Amino acid sequence: MRTARALLLSILVATSGCGGQQSALGSQGAPAIHVEHLILGMVAVCAAIWILVMITLGTALLRARPRTARQDDGSEKPLTMAVSAAVAATTLIIAGLTIASFYTTRGIGLADSTALTITVKGQQWWWQVFYADSSTGPGFQTANEIHIPVGRDVRLQLESPDVIHSFWVPSLAGKQDLVPGRSNSLLLRAEKPGVYRGQCAEFCGLQHSHMAIMVIAEAPGAFEGWAATQRLDAVVSADSDTAAGQASFMAKPCAACHTIRGTPAGGTTGPDLTHIGGRRTIAAGLVETTRGSLAAWIADPQTHKPGNNMPMVSLTSTELRNISAYMESLK
Amino acid sequence: MTRDGDEFRDSSMGTAELHRRLAAIWSTPSGLWGALSTVDHKIIGRRYITTAFVFLALGGLLSMLMRLQLAQPEARFIGPDRYNQIFTMHGTNMMFLFAVPVMQAMAIYLVPLMVGTRNIAFPRLNAFSYWMYLAGGLLLWIAFVVDAGPDVGWFAYVPLSGPQYGAGKRADIWAQMITFTEVSALAIAVEIVVTVFKQRAPGMSLDRIPLFVWSMLVTSFLVIMAMPAIMVASTSLILDRLVGTHFFNPAEGGDVLLWQHLFWFFGHPEVYIIFLPAVGMVSAIVATFTRRPVFGYLGMVMALIATGVLAFGLWVHHMFVAGLPRLGESFFTASSMAIAVPAGLQIFCWLATMWAGRPVFKTPFLFVVGFMVIFVIGGLTGVMVASVPFDTQVHDTYFVVAHFHYVLVGGAVFPLLGAIYYWFPKFTGRMMSEVLGRWIFGLIFAGFNLTFFPMHILGLQGMPRRIYTYQPEMPWSGLNLFISFSAVILAAGFLLFFIDAIRSARSGSLASANPWGATTLEWATSSPPPPYNFARPPVVESLEPLSGDLETLPVASGLRVDRRELLTSSVVHASPEAREASPGDSIWPLWAALATTLMLIWSIFSPWAVVWGSVPIAITLIGWFWPKGVPEDEA
Amino acid sequence: MKEKVSSFSNAAFALAGLLFLAVSGGILGWFRQPRELRLDPPVAADLDRFRLMPNGISGSPPESYFAIGKPYESDAYNLSQGKRLYAWFGCGSCHGDGRGGVGPSFLDGWWLYGPEMVSIVASIRDGRPHGMPSFRDRMTSEQIWQLAGYVQTIGSYTPQVAAPSRNDDEQTRPAENRGPAKILFDEGPVGVHPDQGPTP
Repeated sequence: MRTARALLLSILVATSGCGGQQSALGSQGAPAIHVEHLILGMVAVCAAIWILVMITLGTALLRARPRTARQDDGSEKPLTMAVSAAVAATTLIIAGLTIASFYTTRGIGLADSTALTITVKGQQWWWQVFYADSSTGPGFQTANEIHIPVGRDVRLQLESPDVIHSFWVPSLAGKQDLVPGRSNSLLLRAEKPGVYRGQCAEFCGLQHSHMAIMVIAEAPGAFEGWAATQRLDAVVSADSDTAAGQASFMAKPCAACHTIRGTPAGGTTGPDLTHIGGRRTIAAGLVETTRGSLAAWIADPQTHKPGNNMPMVSLTSTELRNISAYMESLK
Repeated sequence: MTRDGDEFRDSSMGTAELHRRLAAIWSTPSGLWGALSTVDHKIIGRRYITTAFVFLALGGLLSMLMRLQLAQPEARFIGPDRYNQIFTMHGTNMMFLFAVPVMQAMAIYLVPLMVGTRNIAFPRLNAFSYWMYLAGGLLLWIAFVVDAGPDVGWFAYVPLSGPQYGAGKRADIWAQMITFTEVSALAIAVEIVVTVFKQRAPGMSLDRIPLFVWSMLVTSFLVIMAMPAIMVASTSLILDRLVGTHFFNPAEGGDVLLWQHLFWFFGHPEVYIIFLPAVGMVSAIVATFTRRPVFGYLGMVMALIATGVLAFGLWVHHMFVAGLPRLGESFFTASSMAIAVPAGLQIFCWLATMWAGRPVFKTPFLFVVGFMVIFVIGGLTGVMVASVPFDTQVHDTYFVVAHFHYVLVGGAVFPLLGAIYYWFPKFTGRMMSEVLGRWIFGLIFAGFNLTFFPMHILGLQGMPRRIYTYQPEMPWSGLNLFISFSAVILAAGFLLFFIDAIRSARSGSLASANPWGATTLEWATSSPPPPYNFARPPVVESLEPLSGDLETLPVASGLRVDRRELLTSSVVHASPEAREASPGDSIWPLWAALATTLMLIWSIFSPWAVVWGSVPIAITLIGWFWPKGVPEDEA
Repeated sequence: MKEKVSSFSNAAFALAGLLFLAVSGGILGWFRQPRELRLDPPVAADLDRFRLMPNGISGSPPESYFAIGKPYESDAYNLSQGKRLYAWFGCGSCHGDGRGGVGPSFLDGWWLYGPEMVSIVASIRDGRPHGMPSFRDRMTSEQIWQLAGYVQTIGSYTPQVAAPSRNDDEQTRPAENRGPAKILFDEGPVGVHPDQGPTP
């Protein structure tokens, strides 16, 4: 057991350095960094306590004993003292940890007034993201991917139109539930550029496992550039496959659920696909966006993500190829 | 007064004659009818324990299925729909059909013996409680087998479990199973409270009650106060789903978080409902195997009561990320952390007992040592998750899975296994194998830690709970595979335990009345005890009534032997107050349970069931309570 | 004697348990809810091949529909998916909560084309005169069957166990599992609109 403890500590130390992954110990954002310090501190204190208790237990069980039958009178007094001291120490340590916890809480919840506000809606089983109108341009909608500027507070407005989800990108901040009928908020702040993965942390039904979100932190300039691209309508490239793909998309049930701005497709039940080709992953973090993965997904969504709300639309192989080419072209 | 002449009292009767007469009046008749109508707390307790362990084995099978699915990324052994049912079943089964019932079942068997009485209070209610429990368990498992098992998690958060998103009857079956198990749990709680308060042996004043009995008393009060919350919640859920009420519908003025408050107002005390009996078991085993009474009796009792009170003040720590006001959350951080103090006191008292005593390393004691090692880790991670910021990172991750398995398996199942080894001779008259016991302890201890310790790390690495699979690019597959293999070791330990228990019950070596040299009253009678438990009620003069010679244990006399009769005593000093008739066998509790089962299951499908289903219940209750013309008890 | 009691009681109990298991299993098996998340493409294609009477009312579903156990009428999961589709595809904009609006009501006792699944499927897929649009290019055939099954439950006079319950919205009428058509029948038929198609 002690080796296991040591193992944990070494892993804690080893993983706390690396970034990008979905880990509470690879924090890259102010709130998560505060919490990571608390985690490491509490683990250290608790490990020490456990080792002390185990040493006491071992000694109590294995110590050499006097030959007399029973120690009765008088010998209870040192025990009483020891137990009282241990209880007092427990109380003090508990009080200390409580205060440490309070201070950390105070450090993670305050956004400055210039914070960028993004609305995130949890849907079964994907994330709908709204950027509000700002001084640089009108608002827009995207899905399963949030871009944020580095070094700036970002306030997420968390809402849910269906069931409870929980927004959790461990490297940037602790989690916060999206509760129907309520509006919660969460402060994010990335100190370094990078891609931070997160996923839904509250059980939300069949595809709770495949409900990931990418937070992409970029330098402010790059962020504005990305936002400017997102505001644009979709552009059809001159490629004939792509054009045929667009035609098929509009003629098939696809357009009834998905919006592609700048085209007749205006469905609102599925994710906005206006710039799907520019996103890193499709189907809420399921696979990387490539023409092949798009085709595989469209051809048989229920095999890749059983129970999700995208139906299998019957397409000829040409239609499938064209539609995936079209999707990929929507950068 | 006129009819109970002295020839019907036990005062002047010879021992052999007394045993013969008591056996005639207290025995359960053989045959099917006898089995179905018995009210003997020992038979019902044994049944309860056996059934609970069957559910443990079934729940364990489910966990192995989950480990099979999670052993590799994007595995396809089990689809999401079935997996969601499996983890829901695992949690529900372990909490509602195993952990709470098995603890209460141990009390049904042991408390009357430990307080020196002949049967539990309200024995027919006790029989009813078992049938209700069995029906609830069968309802859940049959539903699962026919692919209608609940798939909403053992916590069944609305709206996922609500009318709009929980299609079919799956969530209703979960909610109604709650009603079954809570009715049975409440019934036992009431019996235990009354047994402990009114049926203690003469002289067993409050400061001479064994710690196990104290722990069950506190647990029973927790049950009485916590369970109504979940029954209200689950009934509201069924109403929302069936009739279209709006308890949890925000659009009509309901509230989604109301469910969570009600659920956790029950759900957190539930943890202590499972853990406190284990405290009692550990205390009993520690006292016996260190050859001295538990250090700090008063402190232990106070810690039990303090834990019981605090248990109701920390439910919100399950909702730290639901978006409640931060100030309120901070209060619950403080209260959640504070409960570590009484828990710590208990640990320190046991350590002091071990320090001062002379440990005998028999299997029950090994399990207690294993409990100390594991439970302290679980308690410490509990302190961690009590902190709001810490919890925002680990809530609903495998860190929490590790934490509560350390608390519940380490804190309750290890003591329970120790308790089974310890009391097995009393239950069956035979000993379990000491050699196998050591192997079983070794396998379970190693398997448990290898399985659950890595889950702490997985949680911190960002692996959420309740996912049926994970993607290959996540760094979790190595540890998950390791955990799945470790789970096999753990399962092997449990398998060996079941083999040993079944084998020992048939052909273990015969046990004497007091094989461990223990000092509490259940060891003052034969193993297994006769149907009347004690030929003459023992009289208690100290905390350790058996520390002297068994032959010199003082007894009371004057009870009638021509009807089931036991002694009631005062609450504080346990001075004898009255002779009280104890009900005879009856089939009506079974009929009442069947009628209630009919009504409860029917009411999943139609609200009218509550009206028409009440008729058979009323009929069975009339049968149950039909006056027999027996005179009221004499004072 | 004691030994005998306990061993017999165990046997009796196992027997009682098994009996109870069998009976309850049978009852619950009746309401079994197999949840098929992925419909095989050939079956999905075959669902389109139902035959309709020449007047566009009633007909027979494809054989495969019976082979898979008529899931769109009896399976709770499909019915609840149908309820989602009712909202997602804007059925309410003409049919309201089922009591009609611009389009006909589903629970006034009148089915302009009869209450059979194929009629409803055909109405959704191909559209009907006087304003009902065709959803052939907007929904897959499985979705159309799911939606049709749901629409049937709105107007059912005998509430089905598998029918969906209320939504987490403002309530305007009793939920489908309460048999709204039965409850609201007193409001009477809203009258036949000749402009909505042939009378039944």
